[in-house]
Amino acid sequence: MAIKDKLSGNEAVAIAMRQIDPDVVAAFPITPSTEVPQYFSQFVANGQVHTEFVAVESEHSAMSACIGAEAAGARTMTATSSQGLALMWEMLYIAASLHLPIVMSVINRALSGPINIHNDHSDSMGARDSGWIQLYCEDNQEAYDNLIQAVRIAEHKDVQLPVMVCFDGFITSHAVENIELIEDEKVKAFVGEYKPGYHLLNKDNPIALGPLDMPAFYFEHKRAQAECMQNAKKVIMEVAQEFEKLTGRKYGFFEEYRMDDAEVAVVVLNSTAGTAKTVVNELRDQGIKAGLIKPRVFRPFPFEEIGKALSGLKAVAVMDKAESFSTAGGPLFAEIRSAMFDYAKDTKAINYIYGLGGRDVRADEIKLVYQDLIDIARTGQVKSTFNYLGIRE
Amino acid sequence: MGKMVEIRWHGRGGQGAKTASLLLAEAAFDTGKFIQGFPEYGPERMGAPITAYNRISDEKITIHSNIYEPDYVVVVDETLITSVDVLAGLKEGGAVVINSPKDPEELRPLLKGYEGKIYTVDARTISVEELGRYFPNVPMLGAIVKVTNLMDEDIFVDAMEKSFHHKFATKPQVIEGNMRALKRAMQEVKGL
Amino acid sequence: MNKERKMNITEENTWKEMPKGGCILDAGNAEDFRTGDWRSMKPVWLEEKCKQCMLCWPVCPDTAIPVENGKRKDFDFDHCKGCGICVEVCPFKAIDFVEEG
Repeated sequence: MAIKDKLSGNEAVAIAMRQIDPDVVAAFPITPSTEVPQYFSQFVANGQVHTEFVAVESEHSAMSACIGAEAAGARTMTATSSQGLALMWEMLYIAASLHLPIVMSVINRALSGPINIHNDHSDSMGARDSGWIQLYCEDNQEAYDNLIQAVRIAEHKDVQLPVMVCFDGFITSHAVENIELIEDEKVKAFVGEYKPGYHLLNKDNPIALGPLDMPAFYFEHKRAQAECMQNAKKVIMEVAQEFEKLTGRKYGFFEEYRMDDAEVAVVVLNSTAGTAKTVVNELRDQGIKAGLIKPRVFRPFPFEEIGKALSGLKAVAVMDKAESFSTAGGPLFAEIRSAMFDYAKDTKAINYIYGLGGRDVRADEIKLVYQDLIDIARTGQVKSTFNYLGIRE
Repeated sequence: MGKMVEIRWHGRGGQGAKTASLLLAEAAFDTGKFIQGFPEYGPERMGAPITAYNRISDEKITIHSNIYEPDYVVVVDETLITSVDVLAGLKEGGAVVINSPKDPEELRPLLKGYEGKIYTVDARTISVEELGRYFPNVPMLGAIVKVTNLMDEDIFVDAMEKSFHHKFATKPQVIEGNMRALKRAMQEVKGL
Repeated sequence: MNKERKMNITEENTWKEMPKGGCILDAGNAEDFRTGDWRSMKPVWLEEKCKQCMLCWPVCPDTAIPVENGKRKDFDFDHCKGCGICVEVCPFKAIDFVEEG
């Protein structure tokens, strides 16, 4: 029997960590980190976990300590946000390239400047090419579920890559909502005992990690790293199927909401997808064939699957809660449209940058996006490909 | 779609409006509802106007924006009604609950042209008499539950008592006072 | 003279054959690589002056001074890089230092 509860996203994630009971959590326990290490450190103090909690002096050190712990052979987790993730930057690449399956919650918040602590996806979108698997979550339930699945995905022998579980700062992290928790022993059984591959604290098999890699070899190692990211696609689906058997909750590369006969659709991440669902329902009641795609897995990017899911539609709007300053749309748009070039060439695609720095996203505004799509579907004409939503013009 | 009730709280930093919204969410959860309780985060300064929100529904809530067209507005500090547009977007047929010793109709002239329902409760007096200190949030919570009829009153009172036992585990002496303040506010709310 | 190794990665290997992340699976595999050709100065062991005091052996940054039965032998020139530390440390002037070639 699932345990019904009411929790904020941060509380839910800390509880998932308690149930996973990692060997090491290294974290910077104050701003710009999150409440997650704070809640988790209470579990440590209460003796509810066996975890070694390493309180470090910066986020760079947090990721460095995680790398050291994971390299030693310990199941390692952490959490961060915003500038904290930014300070981890160079170590993110080290963690991924050394194939260290660290699992980290990223509470999505804007990057300064101007100084801002509110929600957008600038932080994790900036880290999208660091070699970490990235899962995105609509609400506290998905943050909890994805964190538990992330451990299995990261540690799978064909993957061995770190995973970021990203959810919206404040909107998800601080709002109290209903949630269904899994019993402790079931989570424990699901994640299983950690059996690290090659690791440093193994006197029977001494190894060296992180050597200098010359041009004759570096490229091959990167190619092999990319292959593990490719393998992750299969593993993510296998773990999702097993998770569905455990909980009844279904996960894939992305959620398709009322897409069956849809003519227009919005592609949007995280909590805004929930708000957009209410708009889809309203439009459907009016007879408009509107749908929604909410990507869950952004790294690896489900190129073929999402491309095919958008084929046959008349118009698609991709919404980005991050500005890439490419002047050619946000990061999600660039990738989705690239996939559409192969699989949905006849579908018109437009981009909306929205919600930066915590600008609230109203259902009325999402309706404007659908209205734009309806006009494109009717006329076949795209007036403007790159757009901003909810900005004062 | 089941009917969803949306409530917006206006208070000042330190008065516990955020806590009240979370307590309301918890109590509604205990009656089997789907709930959201969340504050609007800003610079957190004692005395600065703050906003908090509740959604309560029979079905899963997916909307994640702030609340722009509330069914109810709770004003935890009377002085806010002249400095903040507390009634912005308030639905027709909705209501505002204000912490004030005055009768509802005495406040109407301050609410420029507002024609809807007004309720008041003297949360200051109740709080000071029952708790010995000014914490208006618990009386306001009692008042809004009474006004909205969101849940069975007995279940609500039980849920709050449970909540207080949990919240004040280290200072049980305040539980009784809070319970008295809650029940008194439910009795004394004016405008019903 | 390589020891038996778990891996022996050369430029012939493809990406599929390499341990993840450039991890080195064999302890002490530096021995497999001839690095002696970095040397421009060369130490010369003068066996007749050597008292076998063993001060040179621990200071060698590589493993270029082989020891057998408690006594040092001649340099391992496959690995000696000619740093000259052993020359400096020898109290008996039993190591000469000459230009390579």
